[in-house]
Amino acid sequence: MNTVVETVKELVRPFAGKPTELIQALHGVQSALGYLPRQAQEAVAAALGVPLSQVRGVVTFYHFFRTQPAGKHTIRVCLGTACHVRGGERVLQALQDELRVKPGQTTADGKYSLEVARCLGCCGLAPVMMIDEEVYGRLDPKKARRIVGETP
Amino acid sequence: MITLTIDGVRVQAEEGETVLEVAKKAGVRIPTLCYLEGLSPRGACRLCLVEVRNWGGRLVPSCATPVQEGMDVVANSPRLKELRRTILEMLFAERNHICAFCVSNGHCELQDLAMELGMDHVRLPYRWPLLPLDLSHAKYGLDHNRCVLCGRCVEACSEVEGAMTLGFSGRGVFTLVEADLGDPWGKSPTCTGCGKCVQGCPTGALFEKGKATSEQVKRPQILAEVTERRPRA
Repeated sequence: MNTVVETVKELVRPFAGKPTELIQALHGVQSALGYLPRQAQEAVAAALGVPLSQVRGVVTFYHFFRTQPAGKHTIRVCLGTACHVRGGERVLQALQDELRVKPGQTTADGKYSLEVARCLGCCGLAPVMMIDEEVYGRLDPKKARRIVGETP
Repeated sequence: MITLTIDGVRVQAEEGETVLEVAKKAGVRIPTLCYLEGLSPRGACRLCLVEVRNWGGRLVPSCATPVQEGMDVVANSPRLKELRRTILEMLFAERNHICAFCVSNGHCELQDLAMELGMDHVRLPYRWPLLPLDLSHAKYGLDHNRCVLCGRCVEACSEVEGAMTLGFSGRGVFTLVEADLGDPWGKSPTCTGCGKCVQGCPTGALFEKGKATSEQVKRPQILAEVTERRPRA
């Protein structure tokens, strides 16, 4: 894990001592590591001179930042207007129950990350979800569970 | 000097003073919750909203609005009372403010406001979230269910104590006051255990362990006293 700290130190060198660059620094670290592990957050805080509580505030405020590594597959359930009207929430709830994770989290086995999207641009197929680059439409809870179950 | 009107009475104020400060000096009561003397005004709770008649009736938080020449401020009116009551109802509906089971029953600013504004019931559905308690600290406890997110503890921690241990995590209705990177408070390497956050807390969200409800009296005024005594640079 010391390699994480070393990598982060290297990445945030241009931002050292600049608390106002917190978001930039976190962006850089997340692009390199894929997520923001605890050690990385601590290293960013120390390098920039920002309190831990403030790093925590920013990391949890913006949905873009993740504190767990992304899973092998990313499931994005659409909750845009059309999907909302046609039961997107029920699809999301079914997947949450099935995978035992909440949006923004990754399953314990590291296979799936569950995320929520606002319109995937194919409202005619509502409710829809994407698994990685593939779109699945006209879902209901049962169908969504089956599709996820069949993903290798 | 600046001259303005509050509830029809002409008052004088220094430049840089807020509407709330001037109203207080003039003996006009404006209800507040997130405002605390000694801390920066946050304008978070919106209970101190006043109407500025010659700004087109705009509603502004009096704690964070500096006075301006010729302002015509309405601090108390049936409309404002109704607005403040509704805001209070939303605060009550958001978490679990059940006075009978709260350590701060009888010494709670939220409870006092409800009585002052005549809030005898809540017209909104309660959300009843089941939030965790953090009892890891040796001296203090944190019950998120009682928290109104006023931010007084966060400011006491950063502005007065300078520890910057407490902060907000999450957003919107899921916001929580947490220590450092969201760790148990008792394990915080930055917390000094000073208890200023607890003294500043208006509700039973932060409380002292080992004290019965009747002893759970807080001293929010110590934050202003501490900053007042501090030598100025």
